Amino acid sequence: MTVRVQIADFDAGREIASLRAGDARVGAVATFIGTVRDVNDTAQVSTLTLEHYPGMTEKALEAIVAEATSRFDIFDVLVIHRVGTLAPADQIVLVAVTSAHRGDAFDACRFLMDYLKTRAPFWKKETTPQGTRWVDARASDDEAAARWEPPAVPR
Amino acid sequence: MPDSRTAAVTVQLVYLARLREAFGCAGEAMTLPGVDSSVAAILAILRARGGAFAKELAAGRAVRVALNHALVDADADVRDGDEVALLPPVTGG
Repeated sequence: MTVRVQIADFDAGREIASLRAGDARVGAVATFIGTVRDVNDTAQVSTLTLEHYPGMTEKALEAIVAEATSRFDIFDVLVIHRVGTLAPADQIVLVAVTSAHRGDAFDACRFLMDYLKTRAPFWKKETTPQGTRWVDARASDDEAAARWEPPAVPR
Repeated sequence: MPDSRTAAVTVQLVYLARLREAFGCAGEAMTLPGVDSSVAAILAILRARGGAFAKELAAGRAVRVALNHALVDADADVRDGDEVALLPPVTGG
């Protein structure tokens, strides 16, 4: 299980090849790449700056990966999240999961992103023609993460 | 009954992202004055300053707290030398 927080861009093809190299048990690789959009809430985005909490970021991502490993039948996980200043169309995050079958690979990948969006200590700041502003968290992200919780069981 | 926690508790506060801008600093040391060494006590001290602290940490504002890099609730107890970070809602990914 590998988690990386870095300024540099990544080569998804190479990373995926590395992830599954030499493991013939793998029958499925599910991947997600998040990229910078040029429009957010009708404002044109010129640049996006990603801040994080050094010391906690890797720990938080590792905890999310550990949770995914315990919930889903998967072999390996790679999470790369960039920080620093990015431009529209730049890559932000890569999540890749290997498994024997696609069900757990897809589900684990979705779970990892839903939890990363609501629990990993990153913050985005946009620069637009109107100035600089911090991106607001979305209720839809919390709703997506909540869908992975078991329904409340009366005691 | 003697209180074993009479030693002063000094923690390092860290303010992240828009909280850092709102408060005008990246963090500060805080020595807790009383026997209550909970996260809630720290937040109450900050709110009592008024201004940006009162506004950003008001009841209902979505601020999370990390104690030594792990998310905790307000009832968590802090110890001397701990790092307490205030996190706005995260927006990674």
